[in-house]
Amino acid sequence: MELTGAEIAIKCLQEEGVEYVFGYPGGAVLFIYDALFNQEQVKHVLVRHEQAAVHAADGYSRSTDKVGVALVTSGPGVTNAITGIATAYMDSIPMVVISGQVSSSLIGEDAFQEVDAVGISRPCVKHNFLVKDAKDIASTLKKAFYLAKSGRPGPVLVDIPKDVSNQKAEYSYPATVNIRSYHPEKHGDVTQIKRAAQLLVEAKRPMIYAGGGVVLADAAKPLTDLVRLLGAPCTNTLMGLGGFPATDKQFVGMLGMHGTYEANMAMQNCDVLLAVGARFDDRVIGNVAHFGSVPRKIIHIDIDPASISKRVPVDVPIVGDVAHVLGDLLAVLHSSKQKPDAASLETWWKQIGEWRSRNSLKYKYSDEVIKPQYVIEKLYEITRGEAFVTSDVGQHQMFSAQYYKFDQPRRWINSGGLGTMGFGLPAAMGVQLAHPGATVACVTGEGSIQMNIQELSTCKQFRLPIKIIALNNRYLGMVRQWQEFFHGNRYSESYMDALPDFVKLAEAYGHVGIRIERPSDVEGALREAFARKDELVFLDFRTDPTENVFPMVPGGKGLSEVILAEDM
Amino acid sequence: MRHIISLLMENEAGALSRVAGLFSARGYNIESLTVAPTEDETLSRMTIVTRGSDAVIEQIQKQLNKLIEVVAVVDLTDGDHLERELMLVKVRAQGEAREELKRMTDIFRGRIIDVSDKTYTIELTGAGSKLDSFLQAIDRNLILETVRTGASGIGRGDRILKL
Repeated sequence: MELTGAEIAIKCLQEEGVEYVFGYPGGAVLFIYDALFNQEQVKHVLVRHEQAAVHAADGYSRSTDKVGVALVTSGPGVTNAITGIATAYMDSIPMVVISGQVSSSLIGEDAFQEVDAVGISRPCVKHNFLVKDAKDIASTLKKAFYLAKSGRPGPVLVDIPKDVSNQKAEYSYPATVNIRSYHPEKHGDVTQIKRAAQLLVEAKRPMIYAGGGVVLADAAKPLTDLVRLLGAPCTNTLMGLGGFPATDKQFVGMLGMHGTYEANMAMQNCDVLLAVGARFDDRVIGNVAHFGSVPRKIIHIDIDPASISKRVPVDVPIVGDVAHVLGDLLAVLHSSKQKPDAASLETWWKQIGEWRSRNSLKYKYSDEVIKPQYVIEKLYEITRGEAFVTSDVGQHQMFSAQYYKFDQPRRWINSGGLGTMGFGLPAAMGVQLAHPGATVACVTGEGSIQMNIQELSTCKQFRLPIKIIALNNRYLGMVRQWQEFFHGNRYSESYMDALPDFVKLAEAYGHVGIRIERPSDVEGALREAFARKDELVFLDFRTDPTENVFPMVPGGKGLSEVILAEDM
Repeated sequence: MRHIISLLMENEAGALSRVAGLFSARGYNIESLTVAPTEDETLSRMTIVTRGSDAVIEQIQKQLNKLIEVVAVVDLTDGDHLERELMLVKVRAQGEAREELKRMTDIFRGRIIDVSDKTYTIELTGAGSKLDSFLQAIDRNLILETVRTGASGIGRGDRILKL
């Protein structure tokens, strides 16, 4: 069957079962948009800025286990998409971005809307392609989807020049894909898995530290089984929240810079540490030398060999798909006669109990001013912990991670690696489209929301009843907090002046807006918002401008060198 | 420590920039980098001379392996290997220096491949350190121009990097 390159591209998306493409048209992708127009299977979501297209595809992917797809034009279409692509890259999100390129004959001539898309995206994609002939489109897209989803997932960009999208070629979608240089390990090494099992049952103070890899590999079930079998404490990273149920008694909370006291102390003081789909990053373990100053055995399971022994030397490296390896590890433990040492575990839990009793997440409730933590606690209660929660970046992100207890994976959607302000609202659009009936809350701040506020228009067009929980403290809160702690209270450019009236703004876009100024109105407003099932409601909570996020491990400090609210 | 990393990669446009970009993005050192197609026209072979601690070299190899177009990576300095580099040096060759330069070229087993009434162009092959020695052995003021290819390396005996 002979088709144009554009028709082939759309056929490929259909073959891959793509439900939504998030995008924005332009000159170089006109043929592709024309091919989209002539079919109904793949639905297109028109965003208001290409960055939002990529974040929406990202949110769609994070909340399902599918590959997100974005479509942008050449030049500024691609450059606008880069922040979204880098966000997905840092958090290993499977995504295919199709970009238009100027016609082949114009490439390199500084043509209108020309940018070297492959060059500019290279450092923040898993791989990218420039398709030079329409006959290569099908095989390239097949590879792109395969690369995006397999191994350590990530975004793949496919750049298609305009003439190629209009060139005719024979179409057939390849059934299989073979890339001779790419063979991600699925199964971990059996000997290493046995060594890991041995270390874990013999541990006196075991600790399990699980990251985003558990969520990406859909390994929450085997992880939970393992933690229960071992009777060990479990912590999640910011990216891993929901990978182990937060309401489980073995959960010690999130770890890291704003992690709980007990999680960080257990991390520092354990004798055997099992790291699963996590990468010991700077916001998680703080100062590497301080972390390494205590002897402990480390077992590290990860799909990416380059993540192992990158920052912290590891005793038992296991490269493989987290779900497979955990399954094998469980099988070894089940068949072993040796059981975890109950007496040691009891002593260990007693110690953890003491750390827990510091109640590091306590905050002072106020009758007069709305505490941001209180809003998240109420959000958790009212949504019964079942909402999909997207967030932007800053204090509100940390409060959400600390006070919303995620019992399921893929419910907490945030930009952990890149820390992209403006992520929350477009990501929520992708989540809502993937889960039409579900409750979706976007927790944001007055700073972050303004970075992609134009998407309120997209939400109207596609009738997305997202609930925006804006913790509006009139400051770039996290910047202000660092300035208070480390820069002598000099609040350089962190005050948000001339803010819009968010209620009127929401109304201008055709949505509902509510301003909440008193703590006693928080619950009622949230209930009202969530009762409006079919409407987007923008909740503008005027929160305490001086509130800080605790606990806090200052940058460059060790995990036990933590500042608690009570210290201030 | 100095390491020579050899790799095979798909002979495709852009593969070189992925490798070069990886080194600059992650702050790895490149002393030299050479690349050319092999007898299998779908593959290019690259030799990278770099320096770093064992941990850094391990990361470099892992990161290179992650690049989709990289087919195989070895650290030649892990075992017996040969290293060669080609250098062309144009020198001012007049008067007494003309004879002296000819003599030094012979000592270093180089060849004079171009002669003018004022200059010689000398070709020299060897390990990088030999080429350095040659440049130190002749009068610095006579050197008009040097060009070096960077090291190429190959394992000794049965050490073979092939698909």
